[in-house]
Amino acid sequence: MSEASAASAVEVAALQVTGVDKIFTGKKKATITALEKIELTVAPGEFVSLIGPSGCGKSTLLRLIADLDTPTTGTISVFGKTARQARIDQEYGIAFQQAGLLPWRTVTANIELPLELHGVGAAARKARSAELLSLVGLSDFAESYPDQLSGGMQQRVAIARSLAESPRLLLMDEPFGALDEMTRERMQTELVRVTAETGAAVVFVTHSIPEAVYLSNRVVVMSPRPGRIRDILTVSLGSASERTEQLRENEAFFENVSKVRELLHGEAPVGIRGVETR
Amino acid sequence: MNASAGRLRTVLAPVLLGVAALALWQLLIVAFEIKPFIVPGPLAIGEQFGSNFDTVLAGALVTGGNALVGLVIGGVLGILFAIISALIRVIDELSAAVIAALAVVPIVALAPVLYTMFGAGAETARQLVAAIAVFIPVYINTLRGLRQVRPVHRDLMHVYAASAWQTTRTVTVPGALPFIFTGLRIASSLAVISALIAEYFGGPVGGLGKSITSAASSSNYQLAWAYVLGAILVGLLFYCVTLGIETFATRHYKPSR
Repeated sequence: MSEASAASAVEVAALQVTGVDKIFTGKKKATITALEKIELTVAPGEFVSLIGPSGCGKSTLLRLIADLDTPTTGTISVFGKTARQARIDQEYGIAFQQAGLLPWRTVTANIELPLELHGVGAAARKARSAELLSLVGLSDFAESYPDQLSGGMQQRVAIARSLAESPRLLLMDEPFGALDEMTRERMQTELVRVTAETGAAVVFVTHSIPEAVYLSNRVVVMSPRPGRIRDILTVSLGSASERTEQLRENEAFFENVSKVRELLHGEAPVGIRGVETR
Repeated sequence: MNASAGRLRTVLAPVLLGVAALALWQLLIVAFEIKPFIVPGPLAIGEQFGSNFDTVLAGALVTGGNALVGLVIGGVLGILFAIISALIRVIDELSAAVIAALAVVPIVALAPVLYTMFGAGAETARQLVAAIAVFIPVYINTLRGLRQVRPVHRDLMHVYAASAWQTTRTVTVPGALPFIFTGLRIASSLAVISALIAEYFGGPVGGLGKSITSAASSSNYQLAWAYVLGAILVGLLFYCVTLGIETFATRHYKPSR
């Protein structure tokens, strides 16, 4: 934590969210407060997970950061720019729960899509996609089409695509949510390695506690209706190279998992008991 | 092996049914001594088809050529116009009523009017009739396809700060291809029918439609039926070719995860 804050004092924060509220207005002027008073700073190279039950606004927060939606109040800055400017300047890469590959393009053409849209030459695109394919271990599938790949492989292509322009910030919205547990754990290990190699900061939305603990430097625990940050837990499980498969059996890992679990269920028992005695 | 057996069965079953139906037809003709001017038997039609193969082929080339020109013109215009409508809301709103009106007009009824406009000696009127008939299903299907962009793809293009044209070119149009091809497949049969029927209303001699009417009016019913057979084969060819192109072009479009 001290390293992270020292770094952020010198460098511009990868992400700075200040006093953000998001209110959705539905039909008949019914309003839903999706997010309330969100304050969050992410240092360059830091891995931060957003965790919370469904409807706590974690995906909404990610969409605000990505400028797919605008906050009702408050400001969001990415590397000192507004969210809109950061999007236009391609300061971040993004991966969604669905891989969202274009089925009519080969794996290579899918990874090259953002580069192609931003006018990168064919030779440079080719070199970059080859590099990314070997990074995610799919070099043998360069000319395959998405329908020939498994769900996990498609998601790896989506991650390679999000890294195409070497962003310093990665936004990930439950990218492993649709995968089975074994594939999921392997993908997590790979993501730790990939982000360590690229040095990118990551904002990672998940509702899996072990996933958040395994991947993150810090875990942001959120509560629903209205979506608020309940607490932020600093996880110190060592550098990326130390975070191997053995870590999942580690005592410190379990300690952090139960800490996050306690934070998540912090105020919940009162409400749950009320439901149960009905 | 299982797949090839299944494919063999899908091909074999309708062929067997067709052969059985033809045999039954021939049997009824012989058994009830039905006169050729009512319905000729398949063997008589086949014989006429064989002995007049050159004229049937020449007629098929004229009618098929008109249908093809109409399919290309109507198809290209339908796709282009749908793209414009999808990009510019106002144009879509302005044209919706016209398209709906055009869809209910029996297009072939325009043929006599078009003959006077373009002269009775040219094939233009027939090609135009086919083109208009093709335009509507292609336009409607393409526009529907262009509106089917998956939300994750729309988000992605927004994140990439892609321009409207870039989004159209890389996501919207390729995504609409299955719909475009469905429209073209429906339209291919319509093109043949329209080009053929348009011949009934006048214009130059030589096509299958004209040959059917002149053979029938000179009481040469077997020959008329041979030309009808030619028309069926042209329609079938158009359908199968568009279906083949569709299957090839959309081979990777299985629902992706």
